[in-house]
Amino acid sequence: MAGSNPNAKPMNLTLKVWRQKNRNTQGGIVDYQVKDISPDMSFLEMLDVLNEDLLRKGEEPVAFDHDCREGICGSCNLFINGRAHGPEPGTTTCQLHMRKFNDGDTITIEPWRANAFPVNKDLSVDRSAFDRIIQAGGYISVNTGGTPDANEIPIPKEIADRAFEAATCIACGACVASCKNASAMLFVSAKVSQLALLPQGHVERKSRVENMVAQMDKEGFGACTNIGSCAAECPVGISLENIAILNREFLSAKATSNNLA
Amino acid sequence: MSWITKTFSSSIGRKIVMAVTGLFLCTFLVVHLVGNLQLFNADNGAAFNAYSEFMGHNPLIRTMEIVLVLGFGFHIYDGLVLAAKNRAARGNQRYVVDHIEQNSSWHSRSMALLGSIVLFFLIVHLYNFFGSLRFTDVPRDANGNEDAYALVISAFKNPFYVVLYVIGQVALLYHLLHGFSSAFQTLGLTHRKYTPAIKYIGYGFSIIVCAAFAAMPIYFYFFK
Repeated sequence: MAGSNPNAKPMNLTLKVWRQKNRNTQGGIVDYQVKDISPDMSFLEMLDVLNEDLLRKGEEPVAFDHDCREGICGSCNLFINGRAHGPEPGTTTCQLHMRKFNDGDTITIEPWRANAFPVNKDLSVDRSAFDRIIQAGGYISVNTGGTPDANEIPIPKEIADRAFEAATCIACGACVASCKNASAMLFVSAKVSQLALLPQGHVERKSRVENMVAQMDKEGFGACTNIGSCAAECPVGISLENIAILNREFLSAKATSNNLA
Repeated sequence: MSWITKTFSSSIGRKIVMAVTGLFLCTFLVVHLVGNLQLFNADNGAAFNAYSEFMGHNPLIRTMEIVLVLGFGFHIYDGLVLAAKNRAARGNQRYVVDHIEQNSSWHSRSMALLGSIVLFFLIVHLYNFFGSLRFTDVPRDANGNEDAYALVISAFKNPFYVVLYVIGQVALLYHLLHGFSSAFQTLGLTHRKYTPAIKYIGYGFSIIVCAAFAAMPIYFYFFK
């Protein structure tokens, strides 16, 4: 951090962190003090400082998920001061900087809360429910054989752009975490509309939406009530329009598919 | 036929039922409001009583009454089921600090509460008028129609009913402010050109309908 901002004054903070030993034990909030936090640090680097302190004292460090630390992997999922990924719009937790906080602040850090996302430990939750939803239909069939030429299938730029916007979902689960119903519909709709918009997705178009919605319900996610919290908190800006597309795809698939089960 | 029951017991299927029945109930509000505007007619209720007599005995209206009851029934039942399932989906451990008010509106999050207030109002409302007209002998007016107008006057002499009816309409207003446009979203009827218009039509619809209904008890309490 040295040299990046000579005027930045280090901060002292009080952290209220959710600690939970494992899935089967009851957790609770534990207070910690962190000192000399640079405003240039990311939120995760601040937690690294806390964990180094805890290790020095011989205490158990706080478990939290993280991987790329550049807003792509969707791992660093923290509910900070009552908001998914913290107060800053359009960012993941790793992209949140300590300059958004003030010296002396108290910061409450909790894991995602949803029945379908059980807490593994402390701030780390099990998001494998998302994997199972994708496995249920979030894929396309491709022919084997020689490498196809690029741009062989013409797709209007506007459609390609909309599909790409939906494809930017990083599956972090902030939509589920911020929804009062713990609904996964923004996540599911991003994948369904991405593949429904593109010709490559049309082979499994009907079975995809039927199977993905069935799996979503089976995992115990809630239903959308169109309150819009998910889109407001989504770090990559997936829009509610995708949920309307999901609903449309679901209705037309149910009405016309040959699936009688 | 299991695909039908499966469709309508899925999360999106139940939402579709909520949207279709909700929009149907909006059309009922329009019919009910247009008829009730006869209450403001300065004829001591002659036109209102004639309208009321027609609504109570016309076979087509009596058939639609069954459809209306089904509409209410499915809307209320699926609403309660969804509210319970959605609550359970969050799990037993709620957030210690939750600032959901920073990313969504209160009324959009309170549809079950607002709907329950409207339901309570509806039950009292049915008891006040529908119950009396359908199940008791009501005196007739000069034209030989059941004097529903007299029932309205006597009900709204009671300030308790006036307040309850106005509260019912305020709850309905907030319910519709979210519900109207939300129904179109749920049905997938969105378009970048038309969705903003649907939103503002929904606001206008909610305010006009609820203000007109709320004006009735207030008018009768103060001026009749």
